[in-house]
Order: sequence, then structure tokens, then C-alpha cells
Amino acid sequence: MGQGRTIAEKILAAKSGTEARAGDTVICTVDAALGTDASGPMAIDYFRQMGGDAVKDPARLVFALDHYAPPPTQKAAGHLKTVREFCAAQNIAVHEIGEGIGHQLILETGRARPGALVVGADSHAVTYGALNCFGTGIGSSDLAGAMLTSKVWLRIPETIRVNLEGCLSPGVSAKDAALALIGELGADGAAYKALEFSDVGAAELSMDDRFVLANMSMECGAKAGLLDADAKTDAYLSGRTIEAYAPVSADIDAVYAETINLDLSNLAPQLAEPHHVDNVVGIEAGLGQVVDMVYLGTCTGGRASDFHDALRVLEAAGGTAPGVNLVITPASREVHMALLADGTLAGFAEMGAIIQTPGCGSCCGTCGSVVADGMTVISTANRNFKGRMGNPNAEIWLASPASCAMAAARGVIADPREVLS
Amino acid sequence: MSTLSTGRARKLGDDIDTDTIIQSQRKRETLDPLVLRNFLLESWDPNFAATVRDGDILVAGKNFGCGSAMEVAVTVVLGAGIRAVVAKSFARTYFRNAINNSLLPVICDTDAISDGADIEVAASTNGLVVIAGGNEIPASPLPDAVRAIVDAGGLVPYLKHHGDFQTLPHPAT
Ligand code: SF4
Repeated sequence: MGQGRTIAEKILAAKSGTEARAGDTVICTVDAALGTDASGPMAIDYFRQMGGDAVKDPARLVFALDHYAPPPTQKAAGHLKTVREFCAAQNIAVHEIGEGIGHQLILETGRARPGALVVGADSHAVTYGALNCFGTGIGSSDLAGAMLTSKVWLRIPETIRVNLEGCLSPGVSAKDAALALIGELGADGAAYKALEFSDVGAAELSMDDRFVLANMSMECGAKAGLLDADAKTDAYLSGRTIEAYAPVSADIDAVYAETINLDLSNLAPQLAEPHHVDNVVGIEAGLGQVVDMVYLGTCTGGRASDFHDALRVLEAAGGTAPGVNLVITPASREVHMALLADGTLAGFAEMGAIIQTPGCGSCCGTCGSVVADGMTVISTANRNFKGRMGNPNAEIWLASPASCAMAAARGVIADPREVLS
Repeated sequence: MSTLSTGRARKLGDDIDTDTIIQSQRKRETLDPLVLRNFLLESWDPNFAATVRDGDILVAGKNFGCGSAMEVAVTVVLGAGIRAVVAKSFARTYFRNAINNSLLPVICDTDAISDGADIEVAASTNGLVVIAGGNEIPASPLPDAVRAIVDAGGLVPYLKHHGDFQTLPHPAT
């Protein structure tokens, strides 16, 4: 039995100033904490109930106005106002409407970096693990506690090691790998645990691919989805942070709860059928399924490379099929600007796409385009629960950007490899 | 052995998600637990809320509270007068929110507990036990750090009282 430690054990021991191991519960100091317009108002209430007056360290806090961007109702606009006023009074940075999804902004602003602990009052804070940062979701009361003390309590998770082997073939993406893994583990297969993605396959993945894997680790219940830092991590962070950071890697004899090998080279495009993310099937099981709306965006599939993949397929397949509502939402203004600069947005506009304000968009039904009863959506998002996009009588399929684009071109679910050789 | 909670078991199944506990559409109107309690678990059983008695204990299968991290899914349970949930496992965000709001989350095998039975959650020297029909079912102990939060009545009163987390001496391993 090895005595070595995993990435999760090393980061959380360091942040708690202990020698604690998996299974121990510790009090950790956070490097940063994110609140959103969805979780923030309740956290602000809790903070006041705690007797909170001034937050302990405003520089560690950041709020993003992303779920109601722009606010579709008076009540939603009120949530934004509450957050803005609190942040102004407390000297906390706010990402305004249109700047993007909070998680994406944590990545882009260099707050997530190797060895750091960054919590978010939103479950997809796990995305930061792609940058070798322990990112995890907390509740509103935890965020209030973090505002008061800069600390959270955390149980150090056991780790499942996921060895990625081989290279993805054309038309198959990190999203397909993530779905395949969730299909294998199930919705609670990694509950209370961290995933640690490793091996040469991971090294060949792009930074955007790593964000997808880390982001989707939440959907099998994981507390964190961690990767090693390497030259790609440094390249991504260069110009985004001036803080020094030290990569954290697992010891060679680290103790894992389980080891899973995932061969990327044999992987086909995957789908999650309605209404559970772990209803994963190969694309052949969905071929011919009629779709009414195709959604490209979210903290999973809303980065520049996702839109590049999608537009390539859409153009190769001859454009959007009549009757399909193609809706796209860049994850952030940085993504939006990059897509403007390289002509991708113009390409989507020519394809008849509706282009929404950077942010969460239609992902969870809080703003943006919604669908009618009985309609079917295929989306690059991470969740397809009943009612997720604002209508419990709609069906949501999840797939990669390429597979979603192919569905937009055909009006039915189809295999993007048909047009990518 | 000291009693932490006694009450009537209300048996539920596996994978009860936060939307089943309280439907999103209900949350649009108000977040007040005393109003929302009227809709507790309505999609599981429309009569559930009307038949809840103060002190009832929810008894579920695996992965209780999966889905959203919304704390309302915890506060609505407390609002209905329920002070403990016994389950084979919890989704981690639900577990956190339960601790932080002083809803006692108890992890044990729940197969042998029948609906309507009078059960007791007790602290023993070895941790927690659930006593049902004369059987003692061992439950996972709560770590000291979080036990202190539950005992204080949740994270709000805990931090209001202490002003900061009380770091416990940690055994070096
Ligand atoms: S894009 Fe969707 S999954 Fe991501 S933070 Fe926003 S609502 Fe949540």
C-alpha cells in the first residue's frame, strides 16, 4: 500500500495547514470564492445574519452576473441590483452582464491557477481543476462563511484516477470522452470523490478539452476534476496572472479509490438521452431523432474552439436545415471578441443563428431563448434534467459541438464524422 | 448513548433530486420555507406535505438531494419540522447544505427501516446509530469539525457566535 498523496490531498492539506489525508475534514483558507446572481442574494442574507459587517478580504471574492444576463424579469433585475449594491459597498469585483459565465471568467482572469483552492457557489466550479486548481462547488451559506472568514470546511476526497489513453479521432471530442466516462460511472459514481485525469492522452488534450473534462466531472458527482499542470497550462495562464504558482502532482505511490482506463482512440460520438446525463448512448442510438432547437454554449461547450468545431461541421454539411432554431451563446466576452475577430460569428449569422449575450444563456432556463412543450433540443451543455432549459415538457439531448452542429444541418441527429474525413 | 432525534420514518426511494424535494416553479414565487413546506416532495406524493408531522424523519436510498445546490431544498425540509434525514448516501452539495443549516444528515443502510416506523438517531461512543424496530443500524460518524456546526444550529449561528471557524487540532498521519 502506497503512502503517497493525490493532488486533492496535497492541495487541501496545504490550504488547511495540516497533514490531513483523504477522509479527514479540514478548515481551508480559499484563494478565491465566486458568487453569482443566482446564489449571491441568499449568501448576502446569510452573511448579514452571521453578523457580517465588512467581508474579511474583498480581493478574494468575485461575483458574476451570469445567470440572469440580461435579466428577463423585474425580480431577476432585483437580484442583480442586490449583488451590485453589496459588492459596491464591500469593494468586491463584479463581472457585469455580458462579461460572461462566472466559471469562464475565473479561468480567464487567472484566479484559477496550479495549487490554488477556488470555491464557487455554483456546482460547475469543478472546471478550475483543468488548471491544476482545486475548484469545487459550495452553497450560499458556505459562500457567506467565506465572505466572513475567507475559509470553508471541506472533507478531503478520495480520488479516482482516470487514465486517458490514445488520441481522439476526427469528429470526436473531449465532450464525447466526458459523456462516455459519466455513462460508465453513473450520476453518483464519483460522489464525494475527486477525479484525477492523467497520462499521455491528457497531455495531448488542448486546454479547452481539459476544461470540458473538468467541468463534466460534476455530472458523476465528483467534488473536483483535476489535471496536472504542464506547458499548455503555463501558456494559457501567461498574461492572465502575475502571481507565482507551483504545480501540484500526485506522488507515484498515491493511494486511489479506483483506477479507470479510457481509450480515446476507439471512442465514437456520444449522446446523453433525456432526462439524465448518465443516459449515455453511442450516436447510432439517436440517429434520425428530429430536433427543433440546437444550442451551442454554456460553461461546457461555449469556448472558441467549440464554435470553430461546430461551424466547420455546419459549413461542410451545407448549412442549417429549414425549421431548426440554432441558438448560440459565447461563454464570455473574450470568446465573443475572438469569434468576431476570426469571422466565426459572421459565419454563424449567415447560418441563421440567434446570437445571445455572453453568459449562461438558455442553459438553465433563467434567461435567453426557451422552447415550447413537446420540442426537442440538442445542446452542448452539461445537464439535461427535465425542465432544465425552462420547460419540463421539452426533451434535451446532450452532445459535442460537432454533433450538435450536424443535427442543426440535418434537422435530425446525425454523425458528424460523415462530413469530416 | 444520547438521543439526537426521534420520529416517524417517512420512506423515500433512491436518487431523490432537489427538484423532487421542492419543484423549481414553487421557488419562483417565494423562498420562505414556511410557505414552501406545503409543496414538500409533491411530485413524489401530492399528499406528502399534508401528512408531515413535526419530528418526522426522512428515510431515503442512495444519492439523496442530487441535482442543484440550492439551499432551499434543505430549508424547506426544516420548515416542515423535519430535523433529520437518514439515507444510504447524499449528494455532496446536499450534505453540505444540510450541515450548514443544522438538518442532521445520517448515512446508513436504510433497507431494514420501514415506512411509518418509529425510529431514533442516537450518538454512541462509536459514532451514530439508527435504532429501528429494536435493531441498531451503525451510521457513519460526523467529523468533529462539522459536528460543531450542527450542534451550534448551523453555520449562521456557529459563525455568529465564534466569528471564525474553530480549527481543531488535527492528528498528523
Ligand atoms: S452555463 Fe449552465 S451549467 Fe454553467 S454555470 Fe451557467 S447555468 Fe450553470
